[in-house]
Amino acid sequence: MTRGSISAGLNELMEEASRLNPGGSLKISDSIVSTIYGRAEEIAEGVVSRQGTPRIDWDKKLDDILTSRVFGFPSMLLLLAAVFWITVAGANIPSEMLATGLFWLQDRLTEILSWLHAPAWVNGFFVEGIYRCLAWVVSVMLPPMAIFFPCFTLLEDSGYLPRISFNLDNLFKRAGTHGKQSLTMSMGFGCNAAGVIACRIIESPRERLIAMITNSFVPCNGRFPTLIALASLLVMGASTSFGATLIVVGIVLFGIVTTLAVSWTLSKTLLKGVPSTFALELPPYRKPQLGKVISRSIHDRTLFVLRRAVHVAAPAGAVIWLMANIHVGDLSILAHGANWLNPLGQLLGMDGYILIAFVLGIPANEIVMPILIMGYMSTGSMIELNSLEALHRLFVVEHGWTWLTALCMMLFSLLHYPCATTLWTLHKESCSLKWTALAALIPLGVAVTVCFVVAQSVRVLGLL
Amino acid sequence: MGLTRQSCGSGAANENFGRGQTSGADYVIALAGNPNTGKSTVFNSLTGLNQHTGNWPGKTVTRAEGFYNHRGLTFKLIDLPGTYSLLANSVEEQVARDYLCFGRPDATVVVLDATCMERNLNLVLQVLEITSRVVVCVNLVDEAQRKKIVIDYQLLTAELGVPVVPTAARGGVGLDKLVEAVSGIASGRIKTKPCIVRYKEKIEAAVQVLEPKIKKLVGESFNARWLALRILDKDQSVLASVGHSLDRNNDPANGVEGAVLV
Repeated sequence: MTRGSISAGLNELMEEASRLNPGGSLKISDSIVSTIYGRAEEIAEGVVSRQGTPRIDWDKKLDDILTSRVFGFPSMLLLLAAVFWITVAGANIPSEMLATGLFWLQDRLTEILSWLHAPAWVNGFFVEGIYRCLAWVVSVMLPPMAIFFPCFTLLEDSGYLPRISFNLDNLFKRAGTHGKQSLTMSMGFGCNAAGVIACRIIESPRERLIAMITNSFVPCNGRFPTLIALASLLVMGASTSFGATLIVVGIVLFGIVTTLAVSWTLSKTLLKGVPSTFALELPPYRKPQLGKVISRSIHDRTLFVLRRAVHVAAPAGAVIWLMANIHVGDLSILAHGANWLNPLGQLLGMDGYILIAFVLGIPANEIVMPILIMGYMSTGSMIELNSLEALHRLFVVEHGWTWLTALCMMLFSLLHYPCATTLWTLHKESCSLKWTALAALIPLGVAVTVCFVVAQSVRVLGLL
Repeated sequence: MGLTRQSCGSGAANENFGRGQTSGADYVIALAGNPNTGKSTVFNSLTGLNQHTGNWPGKTVTRAEGFYNHRGLTFKLIDLPGTYSLLANSVEEQVARDYLCFGRPDATVVVLDATCMERNLNLVLQVLEITSRVVVCVNLVDEAQRKKIVIDYQLLTAELGVPVVPTAARGGVGLDKLVEAVSGIASGRIKTKPCIVRYKEKIEAAVQVLEPKIKKLVGESFNARWLALRILDKDQSVLASVGHSLDRNNDPANGVEGAVLV
């Protein structure tokens, strides 16, 4: 048989079929569906029986609360707040212990190097540059991740996440986008690059693009430590993890509102269209399997993200150390950049060093804070930063931070362009330079606008 | 997280429905089922492949593959997208349907949720229309038990005409029996008498006319009755797939003309 004879044969069959089923008079699909469904019902009726009345239907009871119009949102917020509170409150102590340990090791490394009579730049480049950046990333990121991810995985495993999607579906529909965007958004909390990849579950290209572009408005794991540290700084003095939790929850909510607002704007302007519908099945709640939750969240998520951060942080630490220690004139390259960016930074309620930290932090959001700290200590002095008080002293006392600075930095961190990995993923997924560029520029525009408005109105109103 | 390149590959729409690399595998087994029936759990328990499972609606968009051994034989397990039917309303349904028809697995496991049998049986009946080499795996029996749902497995086996295995894959219950039944079907040791849904007379009459002609054209390699129904329904996507599949069979590079893919 050749290709020709097959297609001829198929065509003949089609003609025959048209003769047998003139104008679709047999109503094949309808008949097939109704016959099959009827037969399935028949079999099920014969095979399935109920032994007495079932005990209380917990699934339904839970769903009545967790997905109700009245309690759906409050319960969602409470759960979110609980997860953040556990993370904030639980991460402090191990974080400090890790920092102490790692910086103790740094001193020993310096001692070994000086015992070896190594030149000063070796110690600077490897220990103060690469090692310190790594130590920071590990001690600041590991504890919150090790707490946040298992909590998140627990919610996922118990079947709660589809309920979040159910609750938010209406909001996203009103924003002109797909309800599944709430799922990709939730994934963004873990990692924006993963969130962007997850957008594949949205079939319509228009809605997928919107979901991809707005994904970075939810803080990813790399930004949570920054947000949590800044929130803790904000409530210094009245230092309670409760206040910090409230601020973080507020920031996250603001991110969600921004997601909706930008999605709405996009679907009314650049990406016009009608939202498509989808069927969402709420699976039964299932008892999470603790062992699996822990192994999965630690192995697949915590260590995975940490490994990525370390890969980026090591070379970044080296580059930043070089920038802070190579002098042009009487200032380092880093200081030159910071001075140049300072006017813009002031307009946005921040300063030049913060902006340059965000610029240099493009490879990964995790390293924005370490860069900032290195920038502030650009003389390369050996201050140990193992506690919030030290951070407070460095930022507030030595560099004149106010609550506005911390707030604007949090907002900028929340809203600014996604990291390089996410952008690269975006490009691979959208196959378009234009949309990748827009996915960086739109958030940047939003971040600049919001910070500008906040900073200027606070100053004009004389709140500071 | 969870959505890996493998589980949501962009190539889902233009899958190649050959049996793929069968090197090293004695039998190829397809895994079908509704979403949220624990299909991925069954897949993971059998293959041990470290694939993420969760409750994301529509998570498995493309097929994932894994291997397991049973009594010295290697079985290749292909995880089809979770679908409610095989009527090709969506890409997932088309992927699953085309694989069952043109991929010609040695056995197909249909995973059911014991707590909503009626909806799940729809899929079983549709799979049985395509292939008779089916094992029905009634999963989540622990949950059904909790909800006081009792299932008469003997009657179900008699009604469907294929082996039925109750399992609770999360706890690993019943998987040994499932593996046993699969190997029986794949090797041909177990003969099935699948329940085929009969449609109204006019449709059956038209099928009677088309069936022999289809057999003449495509040989015994495809299910002629099912193809006849699709052709009567003017399902263009099936015709395209048939043409494509036959083309590949007749390609001299693939061996003897008209040979059935092995």
